[in-house]
Amino acid sequence: MKTFRTDLHIHTVLSPCGDLEMSPANIVSSAIRQGLNIIGITDHNSTKQCETVWKLGTNLGLTVIPGCEITSREEVHSLALFADFDALAVFQEFLDRHLAIIPNISSIFGYQVVVDENDQILEEIDGYLGASIDASIEEVEQKVHELSGIFIPAHIDRPRNSLFSQLGFIPPELKVDALQISKLADEKAVREKYRIAPEITLVKFSDAHYPGDVGKTFTFFEMEKPTFIEMRKALLGEDGRWVHIP
Amino acid sequence: MKVSELVEKLGLTVHSGQNGLDREINGGYVSDLLSDVMGNASEGMVWITLQVHQNVMAIASLKDLAAVILVNNLDPQENTIAHSNNENIPLLGKNLPAFEIAGKMYQLLNP
Repeated sequence: MKTFRTDLHIHTVLSPCGDLEMSPANIVSSAIRQGLNIIGITDHNSTKQCETVWKLGTNLGLTVIPGCEITSREEVHSLALFADFDALAVFQEFLDRHLAIIPNISSIFGYQVVVDENDQILEEIDGYLGASIDASIEEVEQKVHELSGIFIPAHIDRPRNSLFSQLGFIPPELKVDALQISKLADEKAVREKYRIAPEITLVKFSDAHYPGDVGKTFTFFEMEKPTFIEMRKALLGEDGRWVHIP
Repeated sequence: MKVSELVEKLGLTVHSGQNGLDREINGGYVSDLLSDVMGNASEGMVWITLQVHQNVMAIASLKDLAAVILVNNLDPQENTIAHSNNENIPLLGKNLPAFEIAGKMYQLLNP
């Protein structure tokens, strides 16, 4: 079994709140500098920056998992991660169907741009990506799992946009692959406060919006190789794979 | 005031939980954060919200609230309706924003 330093919650320049310095090239170089082995790209309600980061990272031996941070109807943030770009494309269609078109005012919310590997702007997204989509957290989770993805409610201990702030407790039918706790949270204290069952895995990621934050917070994945299938096993504690917060 | 009287005076839609219409109201609470309602609402209150998730009814039951009013004519999720019927807590609705519904209800409860 090998140890992989993993940060699966990273925003890019596409997120309105993501710094303009969060270009694919800067993210990949920051991740490598921090010694990360696996990163996840999770912009708010859009997957459109994943492919460029994946290309750049793959060339340099970094495993890049494409994904998204969804804001569901309840204003809960959840991470979705996918094994390949076919699943990602279907999920993007789901987002396009459910995201209300609220015009983005870049002077207030920030820029939402898709850039290429040389930081050239390819597309500016008009609809504000920080809005909630018109689908419940259960509908999002079901869609992610239908596409064989990984579903992780984000920063569950935060006082806003978290599963517990918005919904009070974990809905009984929701199937999570793990729960992400915030950077400074104490794993044991969070488990006790929210009465989280021991079989549910907790993870920590950076939620980076600036290059300097990439990989500042991470989780160790203990598994054979850095693949999506191994990662799911590690999150679910299967076949001797497991994860731990440093 | 009973929930049935509030329904009549404000012209509310009754989505579900008809068996709880004779519950007694002793106040109101407006919030869309369920964690906040868990901490701060109290027994017998009518909760005004835009959340349509099934957890709404679980918390209404936990706090023994008199009823829940969904604002802006929002449709509850199916399992939210089921929960309301099981718990006998009326799930109500009105095509008005929270401010208007709260204002009208406040006047009725504080004549």
